[in-house]
Amino acid sequence: MKIIVLMKQVANKDAILRINREENWIEEGDISFEVNESDGYALEEALQLKEKKGGEVVVCTMGPQRAKSVIKDALARGADRAIHVVTDELPHAGPFAAAKVLAEAVRAEQADLILTGLQSDDYGYGQTGVILAELLGLPHATIVIEVDATGEQLRVKRELESGWYQWYTMQTPALLTIQSGISQIRYATLKGIMAAKKKEIKEVQPEASAAVEQFQRITKVYFPLKTKQTQFLGDGDAKAGAVQLAEKLRTEARVI
Amino acid sequence: MSDGILVFIEHREGVINKTSFEAVAAAQQLSAALGLDVSAVVLGTDAGLAGEVAGYKVGKVISAENPKLAAYTPDSYTDAMEQVVRSLAPRFVIFSHTYLVRDYAPKLAARFGKGLIGDCIRVKTEGGTVVFSRRIFLGKIDADVVTEGEPPVFVSFQSGAYRGEQAEKANGAPVESMAVEVGEVRMQPEAPFQEMKQAVDLSKAEVIVAIGRGIKSQENIALAEKLAEALGADIAASRPICDAGWLPIDRQIGSSGQTVAPKLYIALGISGAIQHLVGMKNASTIVAVNKDPEAPIFDIADYGIVGDLFEVVPVLTEEVKKLKG
Ligand SMILES: Cc1cc2nc3c(=O)[nH]c(=O)nc-3n(C[C@H](O)[C@H](O)[C@H](O)COP(=O)(O)OP(=O)(O)OC[C@H]3O[C@@H](n4cnc5c(N)ncnc54)[C@H](O)[C@@H]3O)c2cc1C
Ligand SMILES: Nc1ncnc2c1ncn2[C@@H]1O[C@H](COP(=O)(O)O)[C@@H](O)[C@H]1O
Repeated sequence: MKIIVLMKQVANKDAILRINREENWIEEGDISFEVNESDGYALEEALQLKEKKGGEVVVCTMGPQRAKSVIKDALARGADRAIHVVTDELPHAGPFAAAKVLAEAVRAEQADLILTGLQSDDYGYGQTGVILAELLGLPHATIVIEVDATGEQLRVKRELESGWYQWYTMQTPALLTIQSGISQIRYATLKGIMAAKKKEIKEVQPEASAAVEQFQRITKVYFPLKTKQTQFLGDGDAKAGAVQLAEKLRTEARVI
Repeated sequence: MSDGILVFIEHREGVINKTSFEAVAAAQQLSAALGLDVSAVVLGTDAGLAGEVAGYKVGKVISAENPKLAAYTPDSYTDAMEQVVRSLAPRFVIFSHTYLVRDYAPKLAARFGKGLIGDCIRVKTEGGTVVFSRRIFLGKIDADVVTEGEPPVFVSFQSGAYRGEQAEKANGAPVESMAVEVGEVRMQPEAPFQEMKQAVDLSKAEVIVAIGRGIKSQENIALAEKLAEALGADIAASRPICDAGWLPIDRQIGSSGQTVAPKLYIALGISGAIQHLVGMKNASTIVAVNKDPEAPIFDIADYGIVGDLFEVVPVLTEEVKKLKG
């Protein structure tokens, strides 16, 4: 079974974000990056499927050179090889343009399964996988939290809202968007890190026309207006804040 | 109705999803600002549910019908909606950003060579230009978005961005049945189900101490448990804590976990992503402890401490014990 996993590099979750001078994105210079959360789970699922069924796991990332760290980490965990679509601008071009470029990068691989994360933690479109499936003519299922590939067909468990679930059956080739928590993520071993050094990373350039196809354009980014009057306690002194809070919970909120 | 607004109405087991009326309210607001007609569309096997929508102030309700629309699948819904959109040629197609919409609306938009402007929280018109706002970076930042190119514009709104009660009613919009073609459906859905009855029901809890990724490790959970014990509270968590297996899934609060409304909800090291907020925003008193002053959780907190939870929690535990005597 050949499985492609789409993995994206995003701002570290604990990074303190600042708005850039043009007010159209964050200041990227002074923050660190990590792999998008659900993409890490997508990779883990692919590795487990490979362990059960054999085959190959190919990681595909689109982004600037710094995104190589995502690829290297995935190879160290057990992916077999990688495709890096090298571009600085495209990640900002919207989900359709992104999916279009990714489709061209993976089409020739003729994979049995493509796994993506369900949503990126920066743009939060939640669309790239679904659009990619349409462009490649594949059936898809989103928000998948269990994959059963033992039978002739693929059986996947989808998460619905408020505690409901649903199984879908479909043929491969197919595309699944993976929800965080599908299984526990393995760590890279030292052996894996050494082995990764010899694995292939193919660099490809997107076609120049791709970036022009913008349908949604961000004109401005800003911190949300706070609508609620929060009483901030402690004024920077966490312990003093805790003392004040206990008092407020008793006298104002009357919950103690 | 060329050049109007089309609203997608979602339903399951004969019941319309109430967030669809939020989408109707959004469409009506946009309609007032731009002078466009609103139509609604219901997909199904017959016109049964369309009548319920006809009580709202819309120009007409389309009932797009095909036997293959009895159960939702992304393939059947995309085929059906594509035909409705092509035949009505609206300027905007509006959805509520539910899991079902996430599952097929991007596929539909892709058939028109574009993506969805997804999960919007606002729309405004600035001198003829329509500007959508959506949250990025897990709710930490807002982005204003404009669209370029030919209509239609596909846009979905976050649950709660508009109020369903605000959708205006009127008497009896006409219902038009439209037979639609549905091609091959490549996925076979089984009936939706709930997992076995959950061991823990937090919906009746009076006080909840909830932990997020800020707790850093499983061992540190003991710290929060001590506070919970002092308060007589139940312990709960954001998704990543349950994903990591540090707490069982029946402790998870949010769109894919439990919905709670305690008297007091203390969020420790939780950033406040929308999927978490929908599960706890109705708590009477909300306390947030977070070292990031910009964390979105503060937007719904009554009391906030900007600081390290590892400093706050032990002191708070002691103070609570003192006060409780
Ligand atoms: C379809 C879908 C469904 C989802 N369902 C759910 C759901 O049901 N429930 C849910 O919770 N999430 C859900 N999520 C995930 C959600 O989007 C967020 O990723 C998640 O809620 C983030 O959890 P968190 O706040 O604990 O972690 P983070 O976002 O990483 O936040 C951690 C916070 O801790 C703070 N912090 C770190 N260290 C300290 C310290 N020492 N002291 C104080 N503060 C500190 C940081 O400043 C940060 O704000 C869902 C997502 C999707 C896409
Ligand atoms: N630049 C990218 N490179 C690789 N994968 C991506 C990229 N953008 C999006 N994806 C994949 O698509 C998923 C959904 O992203 P999004 O549509 O932006 O929410 C992510 O979790 C990734 O798996």
